[in-house]
Amino acid sequence: MSKTEYVSPEGLRLDGRRPMEMRQLRAEIGTVAKANGSAVFEMGNTKVIAAVYGPREVQNRSQLINDHALVRCEYSMANFSTGDRMRKPKGDRRSTEISLVIRQTMEACILTHLMPRSQIDIFVQVLQADGGTRSACINAATLALADAGIPMRDIVTSCSAGYLNSTPLLDLNYIEDSAGGPDVTVGILPKLDKVTLLQMDAKLPVDIFENVMGLAVEGCKAIANYIREVLLENTKQLEFRRGL
Amino acid sequence: MRGLQLPLSQTQRIRLQRAFEKLQSLSSKANSDASVTVADTIPVNYEDAFLKGHGTTDLNGELVATVCGVVERINKLVYVRGLRARYKPEVGDIVVGRVTEVAQKRWRLEINFSQYAVLMLSSMNMPDGIQRRRTALDELNMRGIFEENDVVCAEVRNFQHDGSLQLQARSQKYGKLEKGQLLMIDPYLVKKSKLHFHNLEQFGIDLILGRNGFVWVGEHVETRDSMLLDQANSSVQSMVLEEKNQTHTPLEMRQNICRIANAIRVLSTLGFSMDADLIVETVELSSSLKIDIHDMLGSEFHVLVAEREAERRSLMGKRRR
Repeated sequence: MSKTEYVSPEGLRLDGRRPMEMRQLRAEIGTVAKANGSAVFEMGNTKVIAAVYGPREVQNRSQLINDHALVRCEYSMANFSTGDRMRKPKGDRRSTEISLVIRQTMEACILTHLMPRSQIDIFVQVLQADGGTRSACINAATLALADAGIPMRDIVTSCSAGYLNSTPLLDLNYIEDSAGGPDVTVGILPKLDKVTLLQMDAKLPVDIFENVMGLAVEGCKAIANYIREVLLENTKQLEFRRGL
Repeated sequence: MRGLQLPLSQTQRIRLQRAFEKLQSLSSKANSDASVTVADTIPVNYEDAFLKGHGTTDLNGELVATVCGVVERINKLVYVRGLRARYKPEVGDIVVGRVTEVAQKRWRLEINFSQYAVLMLSSMNMPDGIQRRRTALDELNMRGIFEENDVVCAEVRNFQHDGSLQLQARSQKYGKLEKGQLLMIDPYLVKKSKLHFHNLEQFGIDLILGRNGFVWVGEHVETRDSMLLDQANSSVQSMVLEEKNQTHTPLEMRQNICRIANAIRVLSTLGFSMDADLIVETVELSSSLKIDIHDMLGSEFHVLVAEREAERRSLMGKRRR
């Protein structure tokens, strides 16, 4: 492994961030006209679009659940999202796994028992991939679900953190992600203060892991604050435009 | 924030922004901090007894919102009125739906609810207006009444114990809708009122504002109670009706339908709650300014409507004071 310097002696990362600095966040609600709820979420150069349909009639009768809603999720990556334009088959291992991860995290926060015998579809697509697509997808899905007016226990936010050049780094980008170091993705429910998602590639000693995870949780909380701001602004807009 | 996806010029953007600011200042007096998002704590006096309503949940003794919306308090009840969501039916609501399935003795209708609604053959008037038991023959002829993809207007009858929704169409004013356009808007934009059927006489148009956010704009049809007609007479009547069906809709009528439909589209993209008066006003604004029907969906008309609405609401506010 070549010895690339991911953190310069001045304490700056390759893209000029500090180790504990996140990329710029941007969110927009209501980007898909036909969907019940939709959002675009950007973390730096990572850009993800999410659309939520439902609660609606279950399409496949055999999947109907009598006492709560069926949640489905489909993750895909646009062909143009990565540097080299690759034609990826739909339903490869990676996307099936991420679909499952997103579905499970979202199902944990949706109050499915309020919408029995129905189904909720979440579609997320990566428009630009620059590391942390998993986190960005979860954040986008949260925003889209809130826009669709689906009752939730709490919002879910997610953020990743890594450990390179013996420094914990927050919100890895593509270059740092592909360095092969440990990469911890955390998803939390900020109000309940609970972890709903925790994934790690590679190994880390326990004491350092705690540090890195703590950093990722801090990142999640920062994202949660931003998402709530966006949601509140959106609700206020809708309310005053609606009028009496 | 929800952005309007319109190509706006610099001046249009500023005008729109100013109109929205005006609207905001008009509404903010009433309730400025009642808006909540998911997982916000709702301030309540815990010493008093209170009832937690829709959109709220109990978390470690705190009252927490589960949807984004506005907190409403009625006596002891505290609930969150959600804004954008699918339709939540109430008994007696007038809805417009689309038939998705013809099943045993029933039609299933898509009405923007979490399930399809059920319209039983027995809970609707037969087109010939005769009251009788529904025979097996009637059941076989169900496609003669409504087919898949037909647009139907009905009333919410009740909830079954399993949570499914039953509709009824026991009057001449309900039934199949033809010669018009169906628009799907957000249900929170349709105000609940005594009247959801509107006959816009100046245009010769029927407007049905379904509570589920489905809006029907169609050619006016005379509803007559065929119960009062003789048997002999009714056969003649149906012949006349058939003849009428074959004739096409005149161009002027189609233009009127499109103009009203576009007015509704504009109001819905701007997020203004609508009633028949506001729609007619918007239509009149467009025709008085001689704006083409297809230009109504352009940015300029959106800006005009927003400015007009800001003015209208400020006038309404003054009148109230």
